[in-house]
Amino acid sequence: MSDDVLIRVEGTSKRFCRTLKRSLWYGVQDIVGELLGRDSSSLSLRPAEFWAVNDVSFEVRRGECLGLIGPNGAGKSTLLKMLNGLIKPDRGRIEICGRVGALIELGAGFSPILTGRENIYVNAAVLGLSGKETDKKLNSIIDFAEIGEFIDAPVQTYSSGMKVRLGFAVAAHLEPDVLLIDEILAVGDMAFHIKCFNLMERALQDTTIVYVSHNLPQVARTCTHGLALNKGRIAFRGTPSEVIDSYLANMEIPDQATAGSGEAELLSVHFDGESADRPRESHFMISYLDDLSVRLRMRIAPEHASPVLYLAVYDRELKGVGEVLQKQADVLQNNGREIEVRVTFPRLNLSRGVYSLSVGVLNRHGGRVLGRFQAVRSFQVTGDHPGWMPVHFEARFEQIGIRGSKHD
Amino acid sequence: MLGDLSASRELAWRLFIRNVSAQYRQTALGYVWAFVPPLAMTLVWVLLRSQQVFEVGDTEIPYGAYVMVGTLLWQVFVDALNSPLKLVTSSKQMLARINFPREALILAGLGEVLFNFIVRLVLLVGVFAWFRIPLHATILLAPVGVLALIGLGLMVGLFLTPIGILFQDVQYGIATFTYLWFFLTPVVYPPPTDGPVAMITHWNPVSPLLLATRDWCTIGASTHTGSFIAVSAVTFVSILGAWLLYRIAMPHLIARIAA
Repeated sequence: MSDDVLIRVEGTSKRFCRTLKRSLWYGVQDIVGELLGRDSSSLSLRPAEFWAVNDVSFEVRRGECLGLIGPNGAGKSTLLKMLNGLIKPDRGRIEICGRVGALIELGAGFSPILTGRENIYVNAAVLGLSGKETDKKLNSIIDFAEIGEFIDAPVQTYSSGMKVRLGFAVAAHLEPDVLLIDEILAVGDMAFHIKCFNLMERALQDTTIVYVSHNLPQVARTCTHGLALNKGRIAFRGTPSEVIDSYLANMEIPDQATAGSGEAELLSVHFDGESADRPRESHFMISYLDDLSVRLRMRIAPEHASPVLYLAVYDRELKGVGEVLQKQADVLQNNGREIEVRVTFPRLNLSRGVYSLSVGVLNRHGGRVLGRFQAVRSFQVTGDHPGWMPVHFEARFEQIGIRGSKHD
Repeated sequence: MLGDLSASRELAWRLFIRNVSAQYRQTALGYVWAFVPPLAMTLVWVLLRSQQVFEVGDTEIPYGAYVMVGTLLWQVFVDALNSPLKLVTSSKQMLARINFPREALILAGLGEVLFNFIVRLVLLVGVFAWFRIPLHATILLAPVGVLALIGLGLMVGLFLTPIGILFQDVQYGIATFTYLWFFLTPVVYPPPTDGPVAMITHWNPVSPLLLATRDWCTIGASTHTGSFIAVSAVTFVSILGAWLLYRIAMPHLIARIAA
């Protein structure tokens, strides 16, 4: 292995079983099979099994952070477990150089009856720190966890946030070569998130990180590479933004993305200037500061004679960028038949990037949601202006004075 | 394997300290609970015998002392037998999330078994004083006997652990079977010389270990020393096999129980 590749995964597969009884029995078979030294290279699926991870290969070097994204059940956590050496792949190989640290389930092994201080020693030992190392880092761990005087109270009196902080504080002092992170940031408050991030960024200088998350903005911000998994296979690999784009583009929008009372139906969404035979998944392209016009065909229950529309624009990380509520003056008339509305955003000042559009239909006073349609279409803004913020304002700059000139 | 064993010493120590210090922390009486079960057990048997509910052959030492020593030795065997499965089961969460040397659990369990035995030794001292049992030089062999009993229990427990993690039948089975095994082992009665039970106690691997150790503690030389050596030798070779099985099985178990 060349000296800076810390993780190498080659053709790795893992199969799981859908039913418990069979799964247990297969477990016995696998153990006996390994005891007898059976060759595992030509494994196939047994009844009720599926590939949780299927023929996955990648490499990660020192200083790189690989973001693993994908829908639930895509195999992300299974892959992480194999990287951590907890379970073995059924096919393929995994090579890892150096000490592996995992921020997966923080505080695993905490004993509720023992004090925080006692648990620090146990947890540190489980994670592979020696007693001497722990002695040295004890104060730093307690500071990091911000547990204060509770450190000598039994862990069962801690809030869930405190337990996580304590677990994270111990894990953060491991100084591993390979750091595996799985959704830990789902818990904890804002300050804790920022702390985790700072830590990751500092750690990245001389470690390799594999980061599993559904929080796409965090993946985009932290990772240097991305990998999208779907049904156990690699669906896409590239830069984090590319991978997130591909993940979002291929994400089947589930029915739940449509909410509301069901009295409104969105039949179609078209952008003005869009060719009729566009490929299904492509974004509509628009230049910076062009007018964006979108036509909505809808059917709304007849009792709502003058419904009100609401549109929102999200960036590709699903963060809200802007919104608009139809003015009371722009009255729509509805009689229960199909209606078509054009909404125009003049001189759209969004930055380069991919955005998605959500539509809401409200009753006349806006108090009731008749239909809410998330991410109905996406569009991409192109242009050659600099900057990465979602909105690039138009502004006038004029000089209104200068000090030290001869006129003063 | 040996590397992992030595790497796990420190962790095993921490886990041992954790388990032992948490063991009685939520009790008011604390270590009293270490003494109550064997004391109660001994009293029951002494009472039953004095009422002639059953009849057993004569013992060379007072029956109370005979039962107490037997019970303590039997208990350390059963503790060792239950230890691996108990610890692995209670550490499932940790096993499924953290990669640490798996031997640490076994070592920590052994430590706990030994610790609890040493605590209960206080009872033994009391019994020896109460019945004024003379001490023999062979009592120095007793630790070897205790280790052999722990070894045998551990070996059986380790072999059962992989299958026991997958199928809870094993846990239920162990509970029932150890109860039966207790009566088929000369713990509270001297080994019978004829009849079907005599055959069973003769081939029961716990018998020679327990009998020899009790003899060394209480009467000096033992007639069971030969079979003691044979059983111990087989035990310590088999432990290696059980350990290997445990190591190989662990990733498969984790994949099945907590994936």
